[in-house]
Amino acid sequence: MEFFRNSNIDFLGKKWYFLAFSLIFSVAGLFSLFFWHGLPLGVDFRGGTLVYVKFTQRPDENHVRSLLAKAGLTQAKLQRIGQPEMNELLISLDIQETSEQALDAGKNTIIQALEGTSPDPNKKDLNNASSQSVFDALLTADPVRAGTDANQRYQAIAQQIVDLRDKEHGGVFSSFDQLKVLDPNVVQVLQSSFYLSNFGVRNVEIVGPQVGKQLQIQAYKAIGLSLLGMLVYLWFRFELIYGVAAVVAVFHDTLITVGAFSMLNKEISLTVIAAILTLTGYSMNDTIVVFDRIRENVKLMRRESLAQIVNISINQTLSRTILTSGLTFLTVLSLFLFGGEVLHGFSFALVIGILIGTYSSIFIAAPMLVAYQGWRANKKGLAAQAVSLPAARSKEKARAR
Amino acid sequence: MNKNLTWKTIFIVAVMLVFLFGIFGIPKSLSKAGLTAAVRERISLGLDLRGGTHLILQVMVNDAIKADSDNAVDRLKSELRTANITYAEITQPDPNTHPEMISVKGVPPESSADLRRIVQERLPEYDLASGAENSWTVSMKSSVLEDLKQRSVTQAIETIRNRIDQLGVSEPVIEEHGLGAYQILVQLPGVDDPARVKEIMQSTAMLQIRQALDGPFSSEQDALQKSGGVLPPDSVLMKGRYQGGPGSGDRADVWYLLSRSSAVTGRDLRGAEPTRDENNRPAIRFMLTSDGGRRFGSFTGSHVGDRLAIVLDNKVQEVATIQEQINDEGRITGAFTDQQAKDLAMILRSGALPAGIRYLEERTVGPSLGADSIRHGVLAAVIGLIAVIVFMLIYYRGAGINADLALVLNLIILLGFLGFTGATLTLPGIAGVILTVGMGVDSNVLIFERIREELRHGKTPTSAVSQGFAHAWVTIVDTHVTTIVSAAILFIFGTGAVRGFAVTLAFGLLANLFTAVFVSRVIFDAHLNRHRAGEPLSI
Repeated sequence: MEFFRNSNIDFLGKKWYFLAFSLIFSVAGLFSLFFWHGLPLGVDFRGGTLVYVKFTQRPDENHVRSLLAKAGLTQAKLQRIGQPEMNELLISLDIQETSEQALDAGKNTIIQALEGTSPDPNKKDLNNASSQSVFDALLTADPVRAGTDANQRYQAIAQQIVDLRDKEHGGVFSSFDQLKVLDPNVVQVLQSSFYLSNFGVRNVEIVGPQVGKQLQIQAYKAIGLSLLGMLVYLWFRFELIYGVAAVVAVFHDTLITVGAFSMLNKEISLTVIAAILTLTGYSMNDTIVVFDRIRENVKLMRRESLAQIVNISINQTLSRTILTSGLTFLTVLSLFLFGGEVLHGFSFALVIGILIGTYSSIFIAAPMLVAYQGWRANKKGLAAQAVSLPAARSKEKARAR
Repeated sequence: MNKNLTWKTIFIVAVMLVFLFGIFGIPKSLSKAGLTAAVRERISLGLDLRGGTHLILQVMVNDAIKADSDNAVDRLKSELRTANITYAEITQPDPNTHPEMISVKGVPPESSADLRRIVQERLPEYDLASGAENSWTVSMKSSVLEDLKQRSVTQAIETIRNRIDQLGVSEPVIEEHGLGAYQILVQLPGVDDPARVKEIMQSTAMLQIRQALDGPFSSEQDALQKSGGVLPPDSVLMKGRYQGGPGSGDRADVWYLLSRSSAVTGRDLRGAEPTRDENNRPAIRFMLTSDGGRRFGSFTGSHVGDRLAIVLDNKVQEVATIQEQINDEGRITGAFTDQQAKDLAMILRSGALPAGIRYLEERTVGPSLGADSIRHGVLAAVIGLIAVIVFMLIYYRGAGINADLALVLNLIILLGFLGFTGATLTLPGIAGVILTVGMGVDSNVLIFERIREELRHGKTPTSAVSQGFAHAWVTIVDTHVTTIVSAAILFIFGTGAVRGFAVTLAFGLLANLFTAVFVSRVIFDAHLNRHRAGEPLSI
């Protein structure tokens, strides 16, 4: 089987269309970044509290919102996540409500607000109880007359109960019937000292403002440095203009991806930054494959113009580009579709990034080389001719020796 | 097969076996359950996959500096007094932001040489600088300051580790986090109740036993009045809790006048355990080291009939009359619950924190979410892998088998590496594995496309294969180096899960260089060896 055998597409001839396409997306992204949604930084960078809650039934968002408002959390943001039948909500608070002195105050208020008033003041919520508090309750009531090894036995039973809740029932019991696998005496103790709320907390993230700021600076540094590192490497391996063209293309990809997050108002978390860095590497890969071929062809085809060489090179590598991008896209798409909620932002960034990264290496990076050569030829008043690649060629020679 | 090729094949099989051992170790049984258990044992999962609590703490290093310079203020005062040098005041002008600075005012000019000598001789870790009008600044040397800050972080880590160990958390991570920021990272797998752990970690638990000179007073004013408005020398006033007789519900704060120095401190403790007092109330029994016991024995021996105050975190817990000489054991009673007595005994056992700590970040992943994440990640990985394997077979036919073998070996090496190094697999790490699958075939595609091109130009299979590898090699190195650059930067700047991703990605790429270039080539060569001339290559 073979796609794109001997393709002969005039990519450079259509460069204005693609430039227009890139401009539209970049400008739309920039517009959203500066005038619309801004940079939707997640809790990781902004600082704040994120509580990921699973309910026993489909949550009524208005009701949840009113419960939180009653507890004074009017600014809490609610977001439905995952498949609807999972009954999951993400509740987030900005850092204003969680000072560093009481970092977990926001979380505690959210949980208390959702729990409402306990049906019996002496009962605790089993869905949000730690194994320690289950252990304490069991040890006090001593339902199985454990005797001397009570500590060990009740610790094991408490762990079993918590595991049952978290591993078998997805983090929340909907009725005491689900505890039937346990000793009836134990269940009785649980029923007398616990009640079941309609939710369980699956995940809590609290980031103080100081750490958020620190992470933000680190993320900018990481992106900036990796671009610089690649520029230097390409400068060393090819010529400065190749490095510049590749970095411009990667910058274009980053801008459009971040712009897409902004336009869709999706939060940018630490893992999204990891995805963006990965796609800079990936997009760079694609660009290098094309550049390597251009360098090779410049040596072989002395009579052709650079524009023609670039066109031929893109066509020659097209099959590989489409295949690789297609396959990587396939794996990333599987991550996006099946990877679950936690990886949603990460895989979304990769899905966009691979499409745009493949596109930019063909339509942005390669044309820049030709444009640069045209500009230089104009400036020197010379007729356009293939860029001789002195640096690269001497290195090739050195290698051949 | 020629000899060279045989050796290469043996090498590849050996590599595969070594890394398979990395993944599974030597499994007890080859059943699915046995293998899963073996993998669980070898590959450590990140907190995001197994559930648990992750905390970042800030060590308030200024506390430790303050304690040190408080001490220096005392020493300076007594040295000046001994040397008969008069001074107007010795204060810490800016205790919150610059606790290392001490200001000395009103030393007469003729005594300045003596002052300089005293600071040099008696306070060697401090520098003296003169300011305007007979005022001086004594400040901690910057190297000493830096050392003290770093030492408080190390000491805090040690103390926290002791406390966590006693809680029985398995495989906790307690380490310095971020260079020079005086932060500590604490990861507690399986801990679902961060509140209790935090309380135990944060407690400074400074135990002191001092002589009680007078009290209780109902207010600070009362205490001052008794001694005529100024505290007697070498004494301090401390808040305590009124331990009313039976039936008295009175819990008002009271003050005691205590000796300035302690008979014994938390450093002299050998052990502590929860117990009960004669009224069957929860209490803590403590045991002293032999040195501490000797000092405590001589102190209590010479102070029979005097009163003794047990001070915990600068609060008087109990005041008791010394009945007889006590050598190596004592008891702290107070209004404790059983749990409090248990936790407090544990904190005493683990020593005092050198400085307060503040929480900067807290993440708790429920085990249910972790289990979900593993399921989703593995599902995505399997689907992605199958899609790629099937596609390669259809698109490249015979050569597709080659690429698939290389891909599988790549995965084995990557996972085996995780097993060997103990690197932690995180959810983004699983994503890194999946991405490696996608990017791993890239090298094969580059090579295969090149071979196809060469075949189109009429080359023989043998020379097409060698030309294809030779041409593609340059490109493969370039693409791998750039991606490893970004992975390295991710590793340097990333934390936790992101680092896990960077490690998997970087190692996946290295493994890929081996499998796509070396292994693939050997498979081709082996195939070409048995290949009859003129027969087309299946690619």
